[in-house]
Amino acid sequence: MLQETVMRQPSRRTFLKVSAAAGGGMLISFSLPGIADAAGGKSATLNAYVRIAPDDIVTIMAKNPEIGQGVKTMLPMLIAEELDVDWSQVRSKQADLDTDLYEGQFAGGSMATPLNWEPMRRVGAATRQMLVTAAAKTWKVSESECETASGQVHHKPSGRTLTYGALASAAAKLPVPDLNSVKLKDPKDFKIIGHSTRGVDVPAIVTGKPLFGIDTDVPGMLYAVFQKCPVFGGRVVSANLEVIKKLPGVKHAFLVGAGEKLSFMAEGAMQQNGLSSGVAIVADSWWRADKARRKLEVKWDEGPTAQQSSEGFAKQAAALGPKTPAKILRNDGDAAGALKTAAHVVEAAYSYPFIAHATLEPMNCTAHVQGDKAELWAPSQNPESGRKLVAQTLGLDEKNVLVHMTRIGGGFGRRLMNDYMVEAAYISKVAGAPVKLVWDRTDDIQHDFYRPAGWHFFKGGVDADGRVVAWQQHFVTFGSNGKFASSAGLDPRAFPAGRVPNLSYGATMMESGVPTGPLRAPGDNALAFVFQSFIDELAHAAGKDPLQFQIDLLGKSEMLPGNGAGFNTGRVRGVLEKVREISGWGKRRLPARSGLGVAVYYSHLGYTAEVVEVAVAANGFVQINKVWVACDVGSQIINPIAAENMAQGAVLDGFGAALNQKITIRNGRVVEENFDGFEPLRLSQAAPVEVHFVKTDNSPTGLGEPPLPPAIPALCNAIFAATGRRIRSLPIDPALLKAG
Amino acid sequence: MQYTLNINGKKHTVDVDADTPLLWVLRDAADLKGTKFGCGIGLCGACTVHVDGEAVHSCRMRVSSVGESAITTIEGIGATPVGAKLQKAWLEIDVPQCGYCQAGQIMTAAALLARNKAPTDAEIEGAMDGNLCRCATYLRIRDAIKQAARETLGAAAAPKGA
Ligand code: FES
Ligand code: FES
Repeated sequence: MLQETVMRQPSRRTFLKVSAAAGGGMLISFSLPGIADAAGGKSATLNAYVRIAPDDIVTIMAKNPEIGQGVKTMLPMLIAEELDVDWSQVRSKQADLDTDLYEGQFAGGSMATPLNWEPMRRVGAATRQMLVTAAAKTWKVSESECETASGQVHHKPSGRTLTYGALASAAAKLPVPDLNSVKLKDPKDFKIIGHSTRGVDVPAIVTGKPLFGIDTDVPGMLYAVFQKCPVFGGRVVSANLEVIKKLPGVKHAFLVGAGEKLSFMAEGAMQQNGLSSGVAIVADSWWRADKARRKLEVKWDEGPTAQQSSEGFAKQAAALGPKTPAKILRNDGDAAGALKTAAHVVEAAYSYPFIAHATLEPMNCTAHVQGDKAELWAPSQNPESGRKLVAQTLGLDEKNVLVHMTRIGGGFGRRLMNDYMVEAAYISKVAGAPVKLVWDRTDDIQHDFYRPAGWHFFKGGVDADGRVVAWQQHFVTFGSNGKFASSAGLDPRAFPAGRVPNLSYGATMMESGVPTGPLRAPGDNALAFVFQSFIDELAHAAGKDPLQFQIDLLGKSEMLPGNGAGFNTGRVRGVLEKVREISGWGKRRLPARSGLGVAVYYSHLGYTAEVVEVAVAANGFVQINKVWVACDVGSQIINPIAAENMAQGAVLDGFGAALNQKITIRNGRVVEENFDGFEPLRLSQAAPVEVHFVKTDNSPTGLGEPPLPPAIPALCNAIFAATGRRIRSLPIDPALLKAG
Repeated sequence: MQYTLNINGKKHTVDVDADTPLLWVLRDAADLKGTKFGCGIGLCGACTVHVDGEAVHSCRMRVSSVGESAITTIEGIGATPVGAKLQKAWLEIDVPQCGYCQAGQIMTAAALLARNKAPTDAEIEGAMDGNLCRCATYLRIRDAIKQAARETLGAAAAPKGA
């Protein structure tokens, strides 16, 4: 998974540099190797870049891409807190991709918090320490008599005060303190961390300032569209280029024919290869390029996957399900034997479709390739891997590829892939001009790296006391040569492994031409639905309260093997107990065809339990009335106002997938074209989401993903409570929920 | 073709094809990039602007049909009392996540509040359901519209000069 890949990267640089800034003041750049991160006890290297100017303005470079997760606000908050300045003095500035200066310039895996929580604070604390030293030297007093607050150093005994701006130049000449031993604040003294801080870009957003990749403007820029083969992996043979070139405003039209087929991406891979084949049209405006595209006639070689379809995959999966799995992932005890003697046996087949990311800002990139150099403006969650892809494909030295990071109109994992970057660069090179490539919505929906579809065949058994004694699961998924496709795997440690004495997980992989990749809470966004729904089925079979059944299944509070440092059953129990309390679980009477459902999941180091209340109309329409969320992401919520927004959004994102979304493959291509066929959640579907953070004595971790996975099964379990009908396939089909 | 458009109270002369959607005229010819492209066919609301006070999808309006109409975009909406209140509510409630949809949300909300000072929940849903927010900031969008409505009403109800 992503976070493991990233953390395994060896630290490349070790430095801490403080220097005089041009125009006065102090410039601090840091690399902090060897500080154990929260996630796995492995060491991580983090960097920061801070400038303290003579006018007391503190500029903090935001090194990570901002996709709406609030990182451009959150990382500077960490530094500012320990630096002991007022937030009003702080300016957050988007950094470019600069791997000589920064590491970990990506947005994914809910990793910004665990990777930065301690190192960024140490950056602030060390800088503060130097400013104190500079003041003490200036006044010829002892450092212990000096205090800081609001960007000033005070000498209490003499009543003297100097601002950081006044001290910065002197501080810049001092030796740097040992980072691992600088003193950090007691959390009870925090003035910024834990206090709601509004997004630094919001004033620009609400007044329509250009911030996003698509807003990039470069002098002399042309505009491009790129028509790819609708069938994944297909290639262009020929096109009516002579006609296209004569259309108004068209400057270039050419085949990108040598393109390699996108190669299979295995689980954990974060980068595709090469460039898709297609036809590029470059014009003096995007509208004219797009208009010309509608006149395009292309002959495609559709390649070997042109017969594939969602229906075909489903048939194949249904045939494979009852057979022995091709790959045994885990085998504890004797599940088949235990099923024979169990008091209640439940058999169920679950499935979910491919889904797209559909970020609201379509894929786009502006590129200017000149000779052996390239400059790109890219809304990428993973610009470093984008730079590499561009360099490899165009035969450039990575050092000569400069990437500017822009604000990003939604990521959800889509922009960890950089196909649009390499397309823009290639087109710019051929056109010999700066080019802004903008995909239309159909490009976006039909050329994604989809959340893979999946099929799960379960048999479970509970004994007369309601204990789960047998669990058999056959996962039919996608992959090649025994390797799962990206985000199509199943961790053999997945719960309830370790808590069911007789348990087997097996998988069979089907080959497919459909590109897959991480989508918000990769893996978990689908697996939570099947695991947590099936546990609910077993609870009902055993005649137990589903929430208590979940608690009983957890057993004693301890660490089980799992992602990061492992899976803490005590923290799972904690969020379940909290959600029981805040939702009034078991205490409220609901009208007919209404019900509560519960689900809990451990995802991306966070623990979240959710209760959903639904009312299902006689015609099958599902009305979500209310959601309660109990979430444990450690001891501290760094920015409460943003955290609540993100948790609510993640829950509602789950509902959007459960209620509205599926991508259909037919004839090797995607059927849906726009937001009518593939619909994000709408305002009228957004139920109130009440979020409670359960604070535990654990280092803070990220929040972008953890609240999503349990939303879907909690909703489906609520539908069961309301109607007695079990949702085993997504998206939810209201026709199955009609009364009578 | 040359067109002289009245955008946010200023004249902009642009040279574009007659069938160019207003969206692309604003973004690429008038250099007003606050109005966003999301779907191109009237399904997402990201491109919402006001034409003579009415919320329209600029991706579906040809420049040739704009004529003398007054166009207001997110860059100009703050000059109206309702727009300013909405922007303030958006800031205080910290509505955006990625922020990409928010210009369209504010423009649709501004048209709603201009014709209905105190919309009910159902009226807010009716007006706003065509504006997608992929980050699902809907709960805050709803709250911010209500806050702006309350403040607009409060200001109107307050005695003059108070
Ligand atoms: S871009 Fe106009 S409605 Fe989507
Ligand atoms: S804030 Fe991201 S689409 Fe609305």
